[in-house]
Formats: sequence, C-alpha cells, structure tokens
Amino acid sequence: MKILVPVKRVIDYNVKVRVKPDQTGVELANVKMAMNPFDEIAVEQALRIKEAGGADEVVAVSIGPSQNQETIRTALAMGADRGIHIETPHDIEPLAVAKLLKAVVDKETPGLVLLGKQAIDDDSNQTGQMLSALLGWSQGTFASALELAGDTAKVTREVDGGLEHIEVKMPAIVTVDLRLNEPRYASLPNIMKAKKKPLDSLAVADLGVDITPRLTIAKVEEPAARAAGIKVADVAELVGKLKNEAKVI
Amino acid sequence: MSILILTEHDKGQLNAATLNTVTAASQIGGDIHLLVAGDTSGSVAAAAATIAGVSKVLTADDAAYAHGLAENIAPLIVGLASGYSHLLAPATTSGKNIMPRVAALLDVMQISDIIAVIDADTFKRPIYAGNALATVSSAEPVKVITVRSTAFEAAAATGGSAAIEATGGTGDAGLSSYVKSELSSSERPELTSASIVVSGGRGMQDGANFAMLEKVADKLGAAVGASRAAVDAGFVPNDYQVGQTGKVVAPELYIAVGISGAIQHLAGMKDSKVIVAINKDEEAPIFQVADYGLVADLFDAVPALEKELG
Ligand SMILES: Cc1cc2nc3c(=O)[nH]c(=O)nc-3n(C[C@H](O)[C@H](O)[C@H](O)COP(=O)(O)OP(=O)(O)OC[C@H]3O[C@@H](n4cnc5c(N)ncnc54)[C@H](O)[C@@H]3O)c2cc1C
Ligand SMILES: Nc1ncnc2c1ncn2[C@@H]1O[C@H](COP(=O)(O)O)[C@@H](O)[C@H]1O
Repeated sequence: MKILVPVKRVIDYNVKVRVKPDQTGVELANVKMAMNPFDEIAVEQALRIKEAGGADEVVAVSIGPSQNQETIRTALAMGADRGIHIETPHDIEPLAVAKLLKAVVDKETPGLVLLGKQAIDDDSNQTGQMLSALLGWSQGTFASALELAGDTAKVTREVDGGLEHIEVKMPAIVTVDLRLNEPRYASLPNIMKAKKKPLDSLAVADLGVDITPRLTIAKVEEPAARAAGIKVADVAELVGKLKNEAKVI
Repeated sequence: MSILILTEHDKGQLNAATLNTVTAASQIGGDIHLLVAGDTSGSVAAAAATIAGVSKVLTADDAAYAHGLAENIAPLIVGLASGYSHLLAPATTSGKNIMPRVAALLDVMQISDIIAVIDADTFKRPIYAGNALATVSSAEPVKVITVRSTAFEAAAATGGSAAIEATGGTGDAGLSSYVKSELSSSERPELTSASIVVSGGRGMQDGANFAMLEKVADKLGAAVGASRAAVDAGFVPNDYQVGQTGKVVAPELYIAVGISGAIQHLAGMKDSKVIVAINKDEEAPIFQVADYGLVADLFDAVPALEKELG
C-alpha cells in the first residue's frame, strides 16, 4: 500500500505574526517558514505504518510556490520515499487544494491519505474532509490513534466531549491531531540523503483543475489589543479586585 | 434568503452552541430552519421548535445519523440544500467534521469559524491563531459556514413555535461506523459555555494536583480547562484543552494557573472578559493579556485562593 501525505508550508508556529500595514495580509517577507506541525505528525504516522510493514511507499505532496520544495525535502529527510510538488504562485483555497490532491490520488492510487487536521495559517480545517468528499471515501478526522486492520481502519477521534472510536473503510482519509505521535527529527545524514530522493513536479494545468479563488479577502486586520492589566500583591488583593472592581465573582 | 442550521445534540439534548448559531443566522437575516438528524430527533425537535427566531424544524430520523458520521449526514444536507442561501453549523468538532464535506459536495468554498457577520455575503474570521482577523466575502450560490459560538450571544431557547416537518436522506453510506465514545463526565459546567473557567498548565506538575483547581472551580461554579502541555502530559483528558487547536472559550472570568501563555493557548481564551494569571515567572507572556496578575508559586496561591473564597 502507498500512503500519500499532503504537507503545507506555513509560518513557523513560534513566530509572532504581524499584519501588514496596508491590511492586505500578514507579513511573509523574511519570516521563518516550516512544515505545518500537524503535517509533521502525519508524515511520522505514515513512516511508522511503513516501518511496521503496513505500507511500502510514503509520498509527500505540497502545493504552493517553489519554496514548498523545501517542505517536501523535510518530509523526505524524515523518511518519506519521494515527493510531488504542484506549483502555484501563492497559497490557494482548501477546495482547490482538495481538487488538486484528488487528481494526485487518481494518478497515484494510495490506500491511505494522511493530512493534518488544520493548517496553522488559515486555520481552515477543511482540506481532508473536502478531499474525502470528492473521492467518495471515508473520513476519520482529528485522529489521536490509528490502527490499520486490512480493509478497515480503527480511528480514535478527539471530539469536544472526549474521545470517539470509529471504523472506516479503506481506502480512507485520516486527518491527524496533536496527540497521535511525537514526530522524529531528521538526522544530518538523512537530510543529505533526502537531496537525492525523487521530487516530481506537476502543473496545475495538466491536472485540469480550476484554482480560481471563490472567496475575496477584503482586509486583514490586527485584533483589538487588551488593555494593560495590573499585578496584585497577594491572593487577598486578587479576590478583592475580582469582587469589587471587576465584579465577576 | 433562508438559512439551514445543522442542530447539534447529544442523548436527546440540544447542544447550547446551536443557540449561538441561531443568533449568527438572525444577523445574516432570512428564514431560519433547523435540521435535527439522528435517532432521537423527536425530543430534540420539540426543543428546537421553541428557539426564538426559528420558523421550521426538519427532522431526519435514522440511526445512520445518530453519531454524526459525516459520510452519512453530508449527503442529507446536500439533498436539502437547494432551497437555502446559507448552510450553518456550530464550529464544534462535529460541525468541523461534517460541513467541509458538504461544501465540497456542493462545489463551494466553506467559511470556517466566523466571529462576525458583516452582511449576508461577508464575514469576519480569525486566522493565524487569532493574531489576525480576515474579512472574507463569498459569491458562492450557497454559503457554507461554521460559527464560533463564543462570538455570538445565545438565542432565547423559548418563545418560538416552529413547525416540525419530517424529511429524510439516503441513510447509511456504508463507509464508516461508530464504535463507542469515551466521554469525560463532569458535574461542572461545560467548558465552552461556562461563565468562569479555571485552567491549569504544565506548572501543575501532575494530574492529582488538578484537585486543587477543582476545589476552586467548585466554589466559583466554574469549568476546568487546561493547556496542551497539561493534556499531553496526561494530567487531564483531551477535551480540557483550550487553544488554537482545542476549545475556544470566552467566559466572564478566566483563571490561568501555571500556564506560560503561548500564542496557541491565548488563541483559545484571550477574548475572555477578565483574565487572571497565576505564575511564578513574572516574565511569563500570560501576564501580557492578564487583567490581574499574581506572581506566586501556585502551590501556595491556589490553596490560599480556595480559602479566601470562603
Ligand atoms: C500546532 C500547535 C498547536 C497547539 N495548540 C495548542 C492549544 O490548542 N492549546 C495550548 O494550550 N497549547 C497549544 N500548543 C502548545 C503551545 O505552543 C505551548 O507549548 C503550551 O500551551 C504550553 O503549555 P503550558 O503553558 O502549560 O506549559 P509551559 O509553557 O511549560 O509553561 C508552564 C508555566 O508554568 C509556570 N510554573 C511552573 N511551576 C509553577 C509553580 N509552581 N507556580 C506557578 N507557576 C509555575 C512556569 O513559569 C511556566 O510559565 C500548540 C502547539 C502547536 C505547535
Ligand atoms: N497547499 C497545501 N499543500 C499540501 N497540503 C496542504 C495544503 N493546504 C492544506 N494541506 C493539507 O490539508 C491540511 C488541512 O489544511 P486546512 O484545511 O487548510 O486547514 C493540512 O494540514 C495539510 O495536510
């Protein structure tokens, strides 16, 4: 079985994001970029399945500008076997991403697609579910445990009330949550090896997908800042303030 | 215009987030219909019909819809979609699971997690863990939207008298099945709708120490939450997690104990009305958003707080 892992290049999660003064978006120039943290978890899970004998190939795919090839190389350095890059001039919407991924799935026929549950830039939490719909496959979203069992997979999902266990028919789409695993670091020798692994490019036009945006972003603004607070000396003062000043208890 | 809302319910009870979603719908304007899908749709429908502002309740009574499996429920919504300008669901784990599947089947882009309605086509939503707010317009023939419940008041649960109508869909798609749930049970208020939340972080050191926070919470009638680090370390279950990728809360009072204040945590609580931080490190970023900061060892401060509350 082949596992496909879509990986997105996003602003590193440690970076404090700044809105551009002209309100057209956020500052991306000279900002540290990294693989979406959820996608690292997805790559790790794919590798563990392969190492346990449950898959024979792990393919990482990324959609975006040419720099996304670095993100694919990161996946290859972690242990993925090959990469596919679909070049678009800028980030595109989840529906368009899902359509391009469907085209890749049609070509590659993986038995499992592992995605992150959400990209930490757009915070959309859509792509996996959309891809699943377009393929007519099953979906196990927000997975904190995954067990493959022949033509089904057991998925433990993190839901608002706690955990939910479901069974999905293979081939399946699984989107991963934070507690599924702890992703490995790429070692230096593996980073060197990754440079030689195959990385193919596909063109949007060849895949026959219309990526025209459906939504318009009128503006991007900074959220209102909170007024500065005070330090209290002790618990008695704290409780006094909460009772008499803030009047919340 | 007319709007269809996917009602969220559990064990015959309507989930409060549905009420906030009704308010978002009333700001969009137009007829508001609720879809109640599941095997207990009768009792839920009766409650849904009394929500102020709702004109019709559709019930789809089928065991295939009982556990919110997206593969079964998405086609049901798609089958009903043609008469509607907007399809809404609360941005809960259930809404987030189902609605993008609906959107893709309809070939439209979803707008996730809206926090404000500008007009029927234009909405505000947080991006980058709430460090930026995007104003987004959609020209799609039907708008598929999830609603952040903390950003909208709850609609009145009574006062309405909507007609109840039965509908149906294709039932079980045969792609997935529900096995079981492991739900945390608690006598305390639900985290996302509680008016006071007391959260603990890695500074709590272990799960047993959360008993200290629970005592404070019980004196305040509060819910208990946690940071990702506390959940990852196994101190408390996953559904306690507040943040970018956990739950979003906006109570009257949020008390953060032994939490450093990473942006991913702030994303889930910085819209709280009053924020208290208890942390022994005076440089901790949580103090930048706190209205009242107490630099102290939590193992002294939390028991003292419980005592002071009487
Ligand atoms: C993709 C992604 C998503 C994430 N999503 C979330 C999310 O949804 N929610 C979330 O919370 N995090 C999330 N995180 C994790 C986040 O980045 C932080 O790692 C996490 O919030 C830290 O938790 P903490 O504050 O409890 O722990 P720490 O950062 O370790 O802070 C512990 C604090 O406790 C204080 N302390 C220790 N002992 C005491 C004591 N005795 N008395 C008083 N104070 C004490 C310390 O001074 C310190 O400030 C996410 C991270 C990533 C990469
Ligand atoms: N441009 C992209 N390239 C590759 N994978 C992507 C891209 N955008 C989204 N994804 C995948 O879809 C997941 C969810 O993204 P989103 O729906 O944008 O929150 C991510 O974690 C990735 O696995």
